Amino acid sequence: MALEIRPLEQFRIERFIPIHIGGLDVSYTNAALLMTIGVALITALVLLGTRQRALVPGRWQSVAEMSYEFVADMVETNVGHGGQQFLPFIFTLFMFILFANFLGMIPYSYTVTSQIVVTFALAAVVFIGVTIIGIVRHGFHFLRLFVPQGVPAPLLVLLVPIELLSYCIRPFTLSIRLFANMLAGHTMLAIFAGFAAAVGILGIFPLAIDILLVALEVLVAALQAYVFAILTCLYLSDAINLH
Amino acid sequence: MDLSSAKMIGAGLACIALVGAGIGIGNVFGSYLSGALRNPGAAAGQTTNLLLGFALCEATGLFGLVIALIILFT
Repeated sequence: MALEIRPLEQFRIERFIPIHIGGLDVSYTNAALLMTIGVALITALVLLGTRQRALVPGRWQSVAEMSYEFVADMVETNVGHGGQQFLPFIFTLFMFILFANFLGMIPYSYTVTSQIVVTFALAAVVFIGVTIIGIVRHGFHFLRLFVPQGVPAPLLVLLVPIELLSYCIRPFTLSIRLFANMLAGHTMLAIFAGFAAAVGILGIFPLAIDILLVALEVLVAALQAYVFAILTCLYLSDAINLH
Repeated sequence: MDLSSAKMIGAGLACIALVGAGIGIGNVFGSYLSGALRNPGAAAGQTTNLLLGFALCEATGLFGLVIALIILFT
């Protein structure tokens, strides 16, 4: 094959401004740049969108209100009324992942959420936060979460370790789901683009598939942000309502 | 067999995880459709659960991808 396909090259981190503090490498990279753009866009959307506070909302105010109401509705149905104080956190989480995913869909940009260190940091914050909330709210009773109701005692010997394990792997499943979805999708796009470039005029067929895959990836980008937010809601609901 | 070819075979075998993911996703959407056609009124309320089930199923297949990548690049 004349053209070499390197589908994983798009995930390479490049240092724009090298910064080293002690032994730590805290350089400003392309991932950090995309995160900055994402946060700036979200802030602009929410702040500028709601600046006028019109009774009949304009375009930007509609988008800002719709995204707020979407997340507020999600928290209300999944956590209940006690979850409203965590709405700012879940809204931030949802918007950050959504914008990171969508900015990654722009050609030659960078998908922040395809780095497991980013998704694991988000998932670890959720896991540790939810555990602390559960312990603060219920104290020792929080351990009831691992004991299913109405189960005969001999079975509990088997079920409690399983519940405990499934609780402890939550940050891993949560982070790997988002990371692997983004990684797999973008790798697949690059592989089909490589086919299209390699086979000349027949390349319109892989190109057509690639266009369909872009549509699928846009769906996946929105869906994974939604799934991350809704799973956070469910974990929060576990900690607040204890089943 | 040297290590690099064994790694290739291992990474290929890790893709068997896709069997389970395929069955799972098919099951999620199939069950949703058969339920939704019997009771279309309740269908709209279950979209959240549908997407949640889809994402949970898909993730298990992607764990196979992660294993394959770990095998290939370590």
